[in-house]
Amino acid sequence: MLGYALRRLLLALPLLLGITFVSFTVIHLAPGEPAEIQTGDLSIQSDAQARQLLREMYDLDKPLHVQYGKWLARLGRLDFGKSFSPDGRPVLQKIGERLPVTLLLNIIEMLIIVALAVPIGVLSATRQYSLFDKVTTVFVFVGFATPDFWLALLLMILFGVQLGWLPISGLRSLNWEYLSFWRQQWDFLGHLALPILVATFGGLAGFSRYMRQSMLEVVRQDYIQSARAKGLAEPIVIGKHALRNALLPIVTILGLSLPGLIGGSVIVESIFAIPGMGQLMVQAVFERDYPVIMGNLVIVSTLTLVANLVADVTYSFVDPRIRVGARRGRR
Amino acid sequence: MGGAVVVCLVLLALLAPVIAPWDPNRPDIKKILDGPSNAHPLGTDQLGRDVLSRMLYGARVSLAVGFVSVGIASLIGVVLGSLAGYNGGLVDGATMRLVDLMLVFPRFFLLLAVLAFLRPSIWTIMAVIGLTGWMGVARLVRAEFLALKEREFVIWSQAVGASGFRIVWRHILPNAMAPVLVAMTLGIPAAILTESGLSFLGLGVQPPHATWGNILNEGKDAIEIGWWLSLYPGLAILVTVLSYNLLGEGIRDALDPRLRQNAARFVSRAR
Repeated sequence: MLGYALRRLLLALPLLLGITFVSFTVIHLAPGEPAEIQTGDLSIQSDAQARQLLREMYDLDKPLHVQYGKWLARLGRLDFGKSFSPDGRPVLQKIGERLPVTLLLNIIEMLIIVALAVPIGVLSATRQYSLFDKVTTVFVFVGFATPDFWLALLLMILFGVQLGWLPISGLRSLNWEYLSFWRQQWDFLGHLALPILVATFGGLAGFSRYMRQSMLEVVRQDYIQSARAKGLAEPIVIGKHALRNALLPIVTILGLSLPGLIGGSVIVESIFAIPGMGQLMVQAVFERDYPVIMGNLVIVSTLTLVANLVADVTYSFVDPRIRVGARRGRR
Repeated sequence: MGGAVVVCLVLLALLAPVIAPWDPNRPDIKKILDGPSNAHPLGTDQLGRDVLSRMLYGARVSLAVGFVSVGIASLIGVVLGSLAGYNGGLVDGATMRLVDLMLVFPRFFLLLAVLAFLRPSIWTIMAVIGLTGWMGVARLVRAEFLALKEREFVIWSQAVGASGFRIVWRHILPNAMAPVLVAMTLGIPAAILTESGLSFLGLGVQPPHATWGNILNEGKDAIEIGWWLSLYPGLAILVTVLSYNLLGEGIRDALDPRLRQNAARFVSRAR
């Protein structure tokens, strides 16, 4: 177990280095001469300035290997520099304020998705071709095809503008400070409702599909046959023997779908004006705030790497076949 | 059914200049944010431009971005996947680690970071979406190659001394293309969603070019008045993506009879 975890950790190290290398390459996409930027860009004045700052900050006039070495050294010290925006605060501090918001949202979404997708998938697999199965299949296809920002707009129009039930931006009302403690929590939940609904929708479609598929495969296995043959009640066969095995691949898929969920928070956060990483990223791109952009990129991808690692190790923990396989030299 | 809708969409996009009732970029200050009417079936936007005409022209952008970026992604994916699968060993290891690496980046963050350094235009959007979307195809092609290169016909070609390139190009690749075709069909709607998402944020194709994403962006600003600006372009994206997905599933079923018999039975019936 520990050995497997360590081996996975070692495999992740080159990826970590890779992340720094890709990010380093991204910096070099910037056109070299200020003159090139003056046509058709968002803001001319600030861009020439930004270019100058960029050159100083990332030592763009030095040879490439020196630049990369310095870049690595900075990342090692978690030094992402200072924001180009007027407040000029350290990037790490800015990201630190926003990271908990994005994490909180993504964890809540993940929990809701799993809590709903597992029963939906199991029900539609055990009642294959039933009305319920057909309805969920249609939902899955529509869910895959619905742009999240569009869903967000429609919900905002319906619940925010037409009905006026829910707030459509931010995390807190303006009068938050004057509310009682429970009122504050209620207000917070109200603000979270729409963003979470939007973010869960697409993920739910995918997950219930995987769950259904996984369950369909498991119920065809011999051990399910034997469980039935020895006279176990169907709920026990499905709920205990089948479900445990069908859940295994979901752990991996959970890890793999994480980049998508986090990426999705870019759109959800910008629409609902939620002060998280995604909104910070979009603002930074508009303001050409390069240190913030690079800091975001490195931190978000490193977090994803760590989450994948956790998913892998959890998977080997819940499925002994993987560990044994790895020891025999298969992957 | 997915296929029929896709053909209709392509035709609508190609014929946009003929069928569009108005000039998509002509403002009309007397008709700012008019609701749907006979003259403007889908209403007008903040500058009084006809939404239907803008959506027809937007279809061109969406489909073009879909095709070109998937073309780029498939080309990279096929080349790297073949190299990895056929050569194995170090080349394989290096390519697959590159795939792992690219998959660690949440795509939207990577796209935004790259776009921040580049000038936003339809070409950069296509290139960037293509360059960040090839990993799936590379994995597919590699897996196909690993299975195919052990087969008799490949071993026979090696025995008679065919060059590596010839074996890959003439013998293995044609047999490995079926899943790539499915992946490409399913990649187009994904690219369309990505492009419209970027344009919606205002970081994709820039106005005055109409795209479904940036009409929705205007819709967001007019959310209190102009629901038609928000409703119709999104519906267009939904229908397009849905029909491409159905088409992709259809092709997959047609190519894989084993699947058609059991799991996908309902899906094909629903179509």
